[in-house]
Amino acid sequence: MKNLMEIRWHGRGGQGAKTAALLFGEAALATGKYIQAFPEYGPERMGAPVQSFNRLSDEPITLHSQVISPEVVVVLDPTLIETVEVTAGLSSGGVIIVNTREAPREMRKKLGLAPGKQKVWTVDASTISREHIGREIPNTPMMGALVKATGILSLESLLSDTKKKLEKKFRHKPEIIRGNIESIKEAYQKVKGE
Amino acid sequence: MKRVARTGNEAMAEAMRQINPDVVAAYPITPATEIVQIFSQFVADGLVDTEFVAVESEHSAMSACIGAAAAGARAMTGTSSQGLALMYEMLYIAAGLRLPIVMPEVNRALSSPINIHCDHSDTMGARDSGWIQIFSENSQEAYDNVIQAVRICEHPQVRLPGLITVDGFIISHGLEVVDLIHDEEVKSFIGEYKTERSLLDIKHPYSLGALDLQDFYFEHKRQEAEAMYNTPEVIRAVGEEFGKRFGRKYDLIEKYKLEDAELAIVVLGSTAGTSRVVIDDLREKGIKAGMLKIRIFRPFPHKEIAESLSSVKAVAVMDRVDGVAGFGSPTFNEVRAALYDGPTRPPIVNYIYGLGGREISLEEITSVYKNLEKIAKTGEVKKIVNYLGVRE
Repeated sequence: MKNLMEIRWHGRGGQGAKTAALLFGEAALATGKYIQAFPEYGPERMGAPVQSFNRLSDEPITLHSQVISPEVVVVLDPTLIETVEVTAGLSSGGVIIVNTREAPREMRKKLGLAPGKQKVWTVDASTISREHIGREIPNTPMMGALVKATGILSLESLLSDTKKKLEKKFRHKPEIIRGNIESIKEAYQKVKGE
Repeated sequence: MKRVARTGNEAMAEAMRQINPDVVAAYPITPATEIVQIFSQFVADGLVDTEFVAVESEHSAMSACIGAAAAGARAMTGTSSQGLALMYEMLYIAAGLRLPIVMPEVNRALSSPINIHCDHSDTMGARDSGWIQIFSENSQEAYDNVIQAVRICEHPQVRLPGLITVDGFIISHGLEVVDLIHDEEVKSFIGEYKTERSLLDIKHPYSLGALDLQDFYFEHKRQEAEAMYNTPEVIRAVGEEFGKRFGRKYDLIEKYKLEDAELAIVVLGSTAGTSRVVIDDLREKGIKAGMLKIRIFRPFPHKEIAESLSSVKAVAVMDRVDGVAGFGSPTFNEVRAALYDGPTRPPIVNYIYGLGGREISLEEITSVYKNLEKIAKTGEVKKIVNYLGVRE
């Protein structure tokens, strides 16, 4: 299918990989794109490696098979790199974004990616989320990093749609909405790539 | 029209909210739980007037729906897999009593071995129960089909129950773009439910479910069959009207690039969407590939299928269920039978795939067309019943 972007999110059960895919899908829909968002349903438990996926396109998406070779991979937990092949199927011009304190160059070495075609971006989303939200929920800041690294949506449209969605869920907790919005902004500014 | 992101379950729950049935009786089961869970929230929030009956099993859910429908209510439930299996005896009763109960149903494998993922074993097991069966490719179709089913099932010439299926997890839990119709428009499309008679109409009492032995049972079953024979015309008319009002027209089957196709596959459910991508790709390479998607499995559109496949050179029927009957799976056998009386009988093969949620890839669907290409060229079918994507 032409014009199709596929994203794979890696996280651990409880880190919000599924929620990130859903929120990001809805934000893309708000800009007029066709979207899909779906998790991989296995024996999901708190802390176990989980995956979720997005498809985005300017045309209706009819594909209902698994995402095999994503253009973008987002890793919410750096410890996953030891146990999960997070770069599996990453397309040759693809982008991988990792939540880590390490610089993109070091991360590239760890991932075993040759310099050149695929881009590696890193940001310390755990610290950002702890500072703004008060606990380690790296999923929303990683959406900010994703938008910066790919340019697939504007920061403004991501912020306005995410705010709307969070307002529904956290009507009585404005500090959570504010914290998430601030962490998206900060991750957008701080994410670095090479 | 409002464009939103909804999973298949959310879309069907939304349709139920707009239908605002009198009674919903339900018991949860993965992956259909969300449908009635979301709906129960609508009840709690006062968004519908429905009497929600939380029952202790699916057998009771269908029993309560039967009681409610017989009393004159518009009744709905939702289920999947073992839940549908547990309803089995009540399914026949709903159909035999001619009660237009509408049931969203999520396709899931049957135990054993225990598995919560998609295949069509559950729905196919109920195929001769007298229920209308509508398969949906995606969340949009699921939503549209639930709304249309109310009109179809309640039509005076039909008055049969209907189930609307989506593929478990793939559609039930996959977030997709759905265009929702305004509440008022749904309300006016489905109209008021007018029963011919109801048990609560005490001025016109009658017996329902009485013993019916050698003398009349056959006549009543014959009438039930007649109602099913009337159904295609109604399904078409409702699909046509739906298209005129909301821009999405529906028929018994859908043909994708089939008009001039030489190689055709027959598919149900979400795999139809993935197959479109394969067909577009093959067409670009000059291969005349096409697809026939069966939307209505009951009543089986045998005439339309025979006509649509009469000029192709080879056909493969993809079934997400194994008949375990010794020869082929349900859709294969019915499509093959439909082709028997046609002027040309294209060579036909069966592919059983995706049991228990096993992934079906673009490459695997392409391999089916490659085999059809060989069959079309040589006219020789090496193996009629094939398994796709299984280790053996």
